[in-house]
Amino acid sequence: MEKIDTGSKNPAFQQMDNEEKNKYYTATQWQLIWWRFRRNRLALVGAATLGLFTMIVLFAELIAPYGGTTLDTTYLLGPPQMIRFWDENGFSLRPFVHGVKTHRDPITLRMIAVTDTSIRHHIRFFVRGDKYKYCRVNRLKSDLHFFGVDEGKIHLFGTDRMGHDLFSSTMLATRTSLTIGVVGVMISFVMGLTMGGMAGYFGGSLDFFIQRLIEFLRSVPDIPLFMGFAAAMPREWPPERIYFAITIIFGLFFWTTLARRVRSKLLSLRNEDYVLAARFAGATSSRIIARHMLPAFTSYIIVDLVVSFPYMILAETALSFVQLGLRPPVISWGVLLEGAQNIQAIEMAPWLFIPVIFVATAVMAFVCLGDGLRDAADPYS
Amino acid sequence: MLNFFLKRFVAMFFTFFFVSVMIFIIIELPPGDYADRYAFRKLISSGASVTETDMENLREQFGLNKPPVQRYVNWISDIVLRGDFGNSFLYNVPVSSVIGGRIWLTIAIVAASITITYGIAIPLGIYSALYRHSAGDYLATFIGYIGLALPNFMLALVLLYFSITMLGSSAGGLFSPQYIEAGWSWAKFVDLIKHLWVPAIVLGTANTAFHLQTIRATMLDELNQLYVTAARARGIPEWKVILKYPVRIALNPIVSYLGFDVAKVMAGSPVVALVLSLPEAGDLLLKALLDQDMYLGGAILLLISTTIIIGVFVSDLLLGALDPRIRLGDA
Repeated sequence: MEKIDTGSKNPAFQQMDNEEKNKYYTATQWQLIWWRFRRNRLALVGAATLGLFTMIVLFAELIAPYGGTTLDTTYLLGPPQMIRFWDENGFSLRPFVHGVKTHRDPITLRMIAVTDTSIRHHIRFFVRGDKYKYCRVNRLKSDLHFFGVDEGKIHLFGTDRMGHDLFSSTMLATRTSLTIGVVGVMISFVMGLTMGGMAGYFGGSLDFFIQRLIEFLRSVPDIPLFMGFAAAMPREWPPERIYFAITIIFGLFFWTTLARRVRSKLLSLRNEDYVLAARFAGATSSRIIARHMLPAFTSYIIVDLVVSFPYMILAETALSFVQLGLRPPVISWGVLLEGAQNIQAIEMAPWLFIPVIFVATAVMAFVCLGDGLRDAADPYS
Repeated sequence: MLNFFLKRFVAMFFTFFFVSVMIFIIIELPPGDYADRYAFRKLISSGASVTETDMENLREQFGLNKPPVQRYVNWISDIVLRGDFGNSFLYNVPVSSVIGGRIWLTIAIVAASITITYGIAIPLGIYSALYRHSAGDYLATFIGYIGLALPNFMLALVLLYFSITMLGSSAGGLFSPQYIEAGWSWAKFVDLIKHLWVPAIVLGTANTAFHLQTIRATMLDELNQLYVTAARARGIPEWKVILKYPVRIALNPIVSYLGFDVAKVMAGSPVVALVLSLPEAGDLLLKALLDQDMYLGGAILLLISTTIIIGVFVSDLLLGALDPRIRLGDA
């Protein structure tokens, strides 16, 4: 804003003609950030991926063909089914999956499901199926699903030991795991802003105390301590309360990065002339922080929030994986992977690990987006 | 230097105090106290119910009827002065005998993991900064991202799977079957080293990725500095220029992160211990927490945290020794 001409150092700037240069000079800070962000392909891919994840979070029940508790007892621990347009019986314009027949294995005497290529279950869109309440809200009842098959069942990711459809479970788990991140990030946002704001603006002994607190929180083993807190929660708590307790614990631990950033930025801005002017004009401390200082580094705060998502996602996954976090009937990525703890699972049912792909993709997307935003955060550099 | 040392030493004790208070809160959080749980265990195991007077006696004996502050003082002074961590419900013996040598195995894993982390991250980071945009650089970045994004337990399972199918041996555990019960000997030590690499790699990937990026970034900044050009102009051989100037600066953040590295590896260890069935402290912590054996869990948490606090202290001292600005400043 006040240093608008520094853009001329930018190599892309030299290639602009006059009209574009005018556009550059008159652009707002956020426009400049967007222009710079746009050039980073990897960050755009990350943002698009997160867009897809957001769709899953918003419409999990609709995308999932079955409810989280529906069992298919004819297809236990069944492998993923292929969507086909043709088989040896010819071509079909409407995609289909093959049906299954169960019979007893003559050696192990277990019931096993065998694909029967003579049966075709055609895929239909916007079908009526399992009833659900959207986001557990009683008023929003529906039974509409984005896709399903006319008869029999479809399991795109296979099924688990109990016969849960893994595709449906994964969709619902995506909502749980990502919203834990959102709520946790919101808590740590408020904490970080308050603590960092106080430390940086008032300084002195308050600053010293908050600094020591941050140092302390950064040097404790986070996941074992989460486990301790989670284990200390009463066992009879309903799953919803455990969910919120876990989010709050995450939020109370992850605010330190943001607080450090806010503190250091405030310290450097405290002596700027325009802050001094505001103080002489009689503005209150909170108004000076919120209206005059914060806007100068909002973009950095966004970056810090984005990069703190992966830690929460991975922490939740680890916690639920060892059965100390969320528990069924709540489904999260960690809860799903809890069934895939051992080496037998890799050999017998590798599709149980499909949720890992979702975890890794989400983490990567956040990291890429964060990198891109960090580069774009200060368009005047 | 002495002033700096003393400051850090005092800070270390404050951290220890906060950690111990937090762990004491965790121990006290579950509903009911030692006496309640003792009565419950007794009821389950032998069917005998414990009378109210017995409960009161138990409370008296363990000082459970005192206010929380007094209980905390008793708990922490027993630990610090007499090494008495209280009793484990799960095993019905003193906590210290359950933990035994496990904490040392954890420390061995941490040491191995940090050695591997630095052994990979430092040379690779320097390489990818020197040969920027080369295939090796992209490969290092890619491996870094994967290491960040894959949950630890997944990596552990994959390594386990490969070691079984390709090498024909199980990488789980820390000892071969014939050494598990055996006393310490040279052969057992060698066996431990052979098993240590899998958990060490698994726990080190995230740190490796992080350090690789840091070194690469610092090196790229430093390589363009004028003092590097000046050194070249004086005719110093290229390898010496690189090693004596930018690399030295790039190592600074690594040393300052040593304490946090210990924390991260320790934090990841319970989950990996579960997957690889490692007989170390993290594994015991999980068992204790799942059974709400809070004295055992608290003791392990305290030991782990203490190790980290000492790690942070050591890395502070190292950094002070390396960098006079930190030693002389009011850090």
